[in-house]
Amino acid sequence: MTAAAVSPPAQTTTPALEVRDLVVRYGSGRKARNAAPAVDGVSFDIAPGETLGLVGESGSGKSTIGKAVLGLQKVTAGTVRLHGQDVTAMSLKQRSRTVADLRVVFQDPYSSLNPARTIGQTLVEPLRLLGVRGPDAAQRARAALASVGLPPDAADRYPAQFSGGQRQRIAIARALVCDPKVVVLDEPVSALDLSTQATVLNLLADLRDQRGLSFLFIAHDLGVVRFLSQRTVVLYRGQVMEAGPADAVGEQPRHPYTVALTAAAPVPRPAEQAARRAARESAGFGTAGAAAPSATGCPFVPRCPLATDVCVQQRPPLRPVGDSRAACHHADRVPSL
Amino acid sequence: MSVLPLPDADTIAAEAAPTEPVPPAQRRRGVPGFLRRPGGALGAAWLVVVVVASFTAPLWRPYAVDEQDLDHRLALPSGAHLLGTDPTGRDVLSRIATAGAEPLLSAALTVLVAFAIGLPLALIAAERGKRVEQVISRVTEVFLALPSTIILLALIGVIGSRMYIVMAALGVLISAAVYRVMLGVAQSVRQRLYVDAARVNGLGSLRVNVVHVLPSMATVIAVQAAQLFGIGLLINAGLAFLGFGPSEPQPSWGFMIQDASKHIYDDPWLLVPTGLVLALTVVAANELADALAGKAAGRDERPRARRRAPLRTAAAAAAPADPANVLEVRDLSVSVDGGPQLVSGVSFALRPGRVLGLVGESGCGKTMTARSLLGLLPDGVSVSGGVILWQGRDLADLPEKELNAVRGREIAMISQEPMVALDPMFSVEYQLVQPIRRFRGAGRGEARRIAAELLRNVGIVDAERVLASHPHQLSGGMAQRVAIALALTGEPKLLVADEPTTALDVTVQAEILSLLRALVRDTGLSVVVVSHDLGVVADICDDVAVMYAGAVVESGTAAGVLDEPAHPYAMALLAANPHVPAGEPVPVRLASIAGTVPPPGSWPTGCRFAGRCQFAQQQCTTPFPALPAHGDGTVLCIRAAELSGARWGAVAVGAETVPAPAASTLTPPTPPLPTAGASR
Repeated sequence: MTAAAVSPPAQTTTPALEVRDLVVRYGSGRKARNAAPAVDGVSFDIAPGETLGLVGESGSGKSTIGKAVLGLQKVTAGTVRLHGQDVTAMSLKQRSRTVADLRVVFQDPYSSLNPARTIGQTLVEPLRLLGVRGPDAAQRARAALASVGLPPDAADRYPAQFSGGQRQRIAIARALVCDPKVVVLDEPVSALDLSTQATVLNLLADLRDQRGLSFLFIAHDLGVVRFLSQRTVVLYRGQVMEAGPADAVGEQPRHPYTVALTAAAPVPRPAEQAARRAARESAGFGTAGAAAPSATGCPFVPRCPLATDVCVQQRPPLRPVGDSRAACHHADRVPSL
Repeated sequence: MSVLPLPDADTIAAEAAPTEPVPPAQRRRGVPGFLRRPGGALGAAWLVVVVVASFTAPLWRPYAVDEQDLDHRLALPSGAHLLGTDPTGRDVLSRIATAGAEPLLSAALTVLVAFAIGLPLALIAAERGKRVEQVISRVTEVFLALPSTIILLALIGVIGSRMYIVMAALGVLISAAVYRVMLGVAQSVRQRLYVDAARVNGLGSLRVNVVHVLPSMATVIAVQAAQLFGIGLLINAGLAFLGFGPSEPQPSWGFMIQDASKHIYDDPWLLVPTGLVLALTVVAANELADALAGKAAGRDERPRARRRAPLRTAAAAAAPADPANVLEVRDLSVSVDGGPQLVSGVSFALRPGRVLGLVGESGCGKTMTARSLLGLLPDGVSVSGGVILWQGRDLADLPEKELNAVRGREIAMISQEPMVALDPMFSVEYQLVQPIRRFRGAGRGEARRIAAELLRNVGIVDAERVLASHPHQLSGGMAQRVAIALALTGEPKLLVADEPTTALDVTVQAEILSLLRALVRDTGLSVVVVSHDLGVVADICDDVAVMYAGAVVESGTAAGVLDEPAHPYAMALLAANPHVPAGEPVPVRLASIAGTVPPPGSWPTGCRFAGRCQFAQQQCTTPFPALPAHGDGTVLCIRAAELSGARWGAVAVGAETVPAPAASTLTPPTPPLPTAGASR
């Protein structure tokens, strides 16, 4: 059940984040053991300063991977290393002492900020644990607000006084105030309007470039992921379907599921969209949730127009196809977009 | 929690020129919400009076508690004895006031003990997960099963009438119930993301609970405490009534009531003062709890508003409807009753078998516009002007009863969240068959056949299995298909689809859009789609109306508006889209729109987009009419002709505007690595 590591072409330094053969099962007991795991043997590396996009639909396990990396979700098997240090089994408290440089931005800007605390209190909180207090902490909080384009006196206000996009910037400021090296971005823009989404994406791109941050960027939208990431990992039902450079995965998908995902995303150009729709409808992808996938083979079999007997019996390993790696027995027969 | 005084919004904007101005602070000072309700205010006032009177009684009471005025036994209220006297001539007012301290203190003790045990257990159970929770819950269930009155009486039998110990024991028994309520609240608060964020920050368990979990539970705690306080008072008085209270001559409310009940025939008045004080105190505690609960639920006790304001400008109704249009909306305005406009002067027309998209960001009034077509505006919001012409009638002026006949039969609706349309209690078959029988007058068997056919029409292959399922057994895409089938039960001519695919995965969205398209093609249905996604609009819509701040800023055919946007807002929305055409490189930065949509009530005169527009000039701040564009369409931009072919550019906001000193304190010398982001 081990998928080959998805690593950058020339790896010289220790990865900022290293995930190996991650398996996460929910629940306990016999029933849970028989059910398919939420995350099933996922491996990837993120180099310092690199952004890795984790794409998939609901139930793909992408948010579970994010939680496992953060230590919010118990890992069944596999390892998570941060700068080479194994943090898989560390409690959140142990992590706070040893690795202060892993932070998170969540999807929902409305529930990710405590409504009863001012923005300043929220920003200063993680600094206290690092021993930064008083005026120093306040100064760093103001600087963090400035870095996300908010005025310093926003610190005295409550979250209810900000719009969704502003709250998401505050959440980013909270992640950055400790000056982390790795930030997990769990669908940071999916709750935002288009124009706000663009602003937040630009901000994340600026911060990435200025500070050399490593992002684990979790999203359901290939276009959004392609904008921010250098490499993309496509997940389906807890397994890696395809991984490779963001442009290669976006332009020349090598796995039928990536093709389905790309073809389904509508573009705001009616003529182009009509052609895409016609191509998608003639490609013959199965309906989502049509049938349960086989336990032994490829999870995409019930929806895949290329599926054959071997796909049902044998789980395809990740293997190099073009610039990317794809877990498909028929990767060379995958139609181009 | 008070809000610190803040400088005015204007000064903020001036000081923070490179940064985005935040909305002005809401000053939340003054009376807390629960005290603004009559029940809460009166309850709190009564409790304050009782507490102050009871604890200061030795300072002001006119008589000592055992001072007997044997000439005036069982006296009615008089100047000498304001509330009369008891059978031994003692002053009732003095005795009631003196007796108050003990029950108030012991009820408070009960509450304190109950929470001191129940609350930490609930927090621990919510934090430590299922196993710990199950152990604690089983133990508390045992406590809940104990007969508390019998235990208290048995305890009194052992230790005597030491009421504080007895009431503390009551607190222990009640703590199981407190735990039950608090567990549910704590579990739901712990699911909020800010708790996760605090844990990722490495906060200790105690601090996470004290700082992040408890404050969000405060209102529920207050409600429970106020209710338990009332219960404690009653139990305390009950025990004293039975004689298990302070012994004579020390007064107690319960024993005074018992004493008075013996004289119910010769001096009924005696029962009134004590009974009333006890009853009012318990009621006051409950009223306070109610008011706090009302605040927690965010209930706003406002009279139910009429659906439409009576004074409606019907000028637009003068012109006859174009017979080619199935729906014509002219100059439609929607307002909060007695408040600001949410939608102003919206006009559009829809021909049979066509799909119109209302597109824009949240807060632009597109959902309000769509809901007004069915008369389904929220309470307190109504159509304040314009006409909605449908089949020769003005829907905006139709009485509720006639509108009800239109809904479902002529105009149906599907919403963003398919599960909202489906009742979790009933099978899909039941939910489809009922409206089919009502709308089509079909018999049971016939209705069932139609239901199966409808499901097949919405692309459900195993219709029989789906008919037998309950909504929770369906996936999101399947549920939306069923919701569409449900909307089709009345064979409507117009379908209003409010963000029909927003909650769905992208591959499921594509399937639902194909389904809607097939329905339009096969049945001649007209559709109004509300969406924020320009891709969805490009996929399914024939015509588009782009809305901004309650107004249509651009309308026309989908191809016209999306391929050659004439309004800067439409240009900006398109430029902000990260989905590049095949073969084009991904931009280094996306175009974005600075600022936010102005809220209703603070729309500027002239162009409402001018404040955020790259192309705004002085002339944009004066009112101007919509200009024709895209054939039948319009554009609401005075510079539309000049801007033809212009492109909305990317503007830097945020990190690039960091003041140098701030950046240096925040970022220790870690230069971006050569690999970092260099590719983009």
